[in-house]
Amino acid sequence: MDATSNFAPVLEVRGLTKRFGGLTAVKNLSLELRAGEIFGLIGPNGSGKSTAMKSIMGIERPTTGDVVFQGENIAGLPAHKIARKGFGMVFQHSRPLNRQTVLENIMVALLPDSLLMLFADKALTERAEWIAERVGLAAVMHRKPPTLPFADLRRMELAKAIARDPKVVLVDEPFAGLTLAEVGIFSELISSFRDEGRAVLLVDHNVKSVAALVDRVLAMYLGEEICTGRADEVMRNETVRRVYLGGAIETSARPETSFADKVPLLQVENVSVFYGKAQALDNVSIHVHQGEFVSVVGLNGAGKTTLFNAISGFLPYTGEIVRGGESLRGVSPAKIARHGLVQCPESRELFGEMSVRENLDLGGHHLSDEARPKQIEWLFELFPILRERQGQMAQTLSGGEQQMLAIGRALMMQPKILILDEPTLGLAPVILEQLSKALEKLRQTSDITVLLGEQNVTFALPHADRVYVLEHARIVWEGDPGRFAAEAGEGYL
Amino acid sequence: MSLFKTRLFWIALGIVVIASTLPLYVSGYILGLLTVAYYFGVFAMSWDLLFGFAGEVNFGPTFLIGVGAYTAGIINHEYGLSVYLCIFIGAMASVIAGFVLALPALRVRGPYFGLTTLVAVLMLQNFIVVFADLTGGEIGLTIPDVITINASANYWIALGFMSISAAVLYGLSQSPLGLVLQASGQDPVQAGALGFNIVKHKLFAFIVSAFFSGLAGAMLVFYFGTASVGTVVDVAVGVQVIVAAVLGGRRTVLGAALGAIFLIVAGEFLRPTGELATFIVSAVALLVVLFFPGGFLGAAMSREARS
Ligand SMILES: Nc1ncnc2c1ncn2[C@@H]1O[C@H](COP(=O)(O)OP(=O)(O)OP(=O)(O)O)[C@@H](O)[C@H]1O
Ligand SMILES: [Mg+2]
Repeated sequence: MDATSNFAPVLEVRGLTKRFGGLTAVKNLSLELRAGEIFGLIGPNGSGKSTAMKSIMGIERPTTGDVVFQGENIAGLPAHKIARKGFGMVFQHSRPLNRQTVLENIMVALLPDSLLMLFADKALTERAEWIAERVGLAAVMHRKPPTLPFADLRRMELAKAIARDPKVVLVDEPFAGLTLAEVGIFSELISSFRDEGRAVLLVDHNVKSVAALVDRVLAMYLGEEICTGRADEVMRNETVRRVYLGGAIETSARPETSFADKVPLLQVENVSVFYGKAQALDNVSIHVHQGEFVSVVGLNGAGKTTLFNAISGFLPYTGEIVRGGESLRGVSPAKIARHGLVQCPESRELFGEMSVRENLDLGGHHLSDEARPKQIEWLFELFPILRERQGQMAQTLSGGEQQMLAIGRALMMQPKILILDEPTLGLAPVILEQLSKALEKLRQTSDITVLLGEQNVTFALPHADRVYVLEHARIVWEGDPGRFAAEAGEGYL
Repeated sequence: MSLFKTRLFWIALGIVVIASTLPLYVSGYILGLLTVAYYFGVFAMSWDLLFGFAGEVNFGPTFLIGVGAYTAGIINHEYGLSVYLCIFIGAMASVIAGFVLALPALRVRGPYFGLTTLVAVLMLQNFIVVFADLTGGEIGLTIPDVITINASANYWIALGFMSISAAVLYGLSQSPLGLVLQASGQDPVQAGALGFNIVKHKLFAFIVSAFFSGLAGAMLVFYFGTASVGTVVDVAVGVQVIVAAVLGGRRTVLGAALGAIFLIVAGEFLRPTGELATFIVSAVALLVVLFFPGGFLGAAMSREARS
């Protein structure tokens, strides 16, 4: 590490500024990246990390500033030119070619930008195979993306980004949605990029993993640098603690016996769901009392989203789902939602071309004219950034801001039963703390019932009165959060 | 998959061989019908290259077809150049018109591209009506020459032309270039970050599409002996091309040809039912799109993939 730091930087960003209309997303940002270095970029949601990355890559055109790569200023070039100079970027959300195999998807990244490329040569296939192996996709390289688990799709994105042997790799939130074990594997992969002499720019909200991985880190707030340095120094910085890290999450569970209703408000009994031949839920039974907070903990692909979609009426199932004594079978999703069972889906499902405010108003359209502004006001207290972004198109929000908006829209419906599917995805620690406080306040001041699906147990446990563990389509454990660590924590903690 | 690819090749070859024997035992009426259907097949395949692979909805396939058809027709009518030269010039005119249209249109995102292409059709239609002296206006343009008057020969030319177009377009769609095109249609931002000049690739697809559309359009008018708005320019004709492609199966290229043949032949056989014909064909198309969104070939292929 120290030996490499003597070399001249491969990438120098000087005074980079990016404005969107009146909003300055990145303000006068400067940083240097050396070969064989992992440089972290942290900051709260909307602080401009992704925008900085996209401006370097040429996906967004910098308003002002220089991006100097090996002595040449590349600011303002189109993305495809910058890519060919030796840049690779891993995207958080991408749409792979679903009818092609993993190998073919990787091969696309290797093709020249030429109209004469009518036949793929053998060398190309071999190189694609080698890269697939390199990132751990050897076993699945002839399968098609829709049949792959989430982590493998992310591996494929890594593979595409390093396919043409780039000197600079930009990685936006590689750990989001991965399990603990997978985060470990991805950390190793990313540090192997460093060992190969690449310069890596890394953005992620998983503070622990970022801190363990980076050589240096830059903290941003409102588009500007707060400080740069070694991870431990930066994490100790007063401002960073205040605007990004926040405090610890704390609450306590209430025993199940404290819930007065004899028959639980929501009962899921022996529910099974099949997708074609694959069984996504196998005889799952859970119950939730009025006012109770229940977490369903499970890794990717365990079946959490399927369970929630069945409850919300989106999927056909066998077994029974009963709410307040009435079977939900055959009730339309719209009606289920209208009666107060609201799901905030993992995929967010925002109206991308409508403004933040319009999205929220749609959520609250059934409220009375007096209640609606009050509810919005309350929501803006919870997520202040949404107030500032009211007029912005939802699809241009940062990842974390979109997550806040999705949760916000669900809360606008004043649900009686709220289902939150992976709400922590892409949220900065400080926002997690805010969300946590909001949930706690809801718990104390209303009789809202919450069903929370998470693989992030540090968030799921403190908010739960009771926890279910879902594994491979089955419920394998049920109990109070206090016992979780000892009895079921392996693989999560 | 690779097994299926070779299977697909043999099936296609078999169909073409059988189709080429038709003139030996079917009536001239049916041959004439199929001749038109084959040209439509090329229209639909060209359209699928743009929609299925480049991800751009061209609402104005008849702009490209019409420019090719009318250019060839007018040159023949005015200057009496040889048929083949006229056809070639028609195809080139279509390429140029396609380039001029697509270059600005591809810079706008989303539905605006489609709207631009639609406007282009309306402009072409207006042009033809306004400059009636040159174009024959609403009555249509009479074309002095024909390729041949032999029904069988016309049939074979159309079949051969469709087969070659299919081979080229399908081959292109399966080549690395087709992959890049598909990636650009699917996720333009990422394709750019992978180092591909999206505009260049899409423009190329548009030009290829224009070339085959224009060529087929020009050949069609020499078969008909006339060019009229109702047969090669009208928005309704364009809609038929689009329906054919979607019916046959998006992103399959070959399916588009099947869809076109189905539409034309079914429309003709239902002609005795009068106005009802259009309705029945549309209803079938709607049902297929609703229940087999992959179209004829898409449905067949996913069954193949499952087994
Ligand atoms: N195209 C756009 N138009 C207007 N505003 C935009 C646009 N793109 C981004 N923004 C705004 O710029 C700010 C920075 O966004 P950016 O995506 O860079 O944040 P981020 O630091 O990556 O956040 P997160 O951690 O949530 O991903 C956000 O407030 C966002 O709403
Ligand atoms: Mg971001």
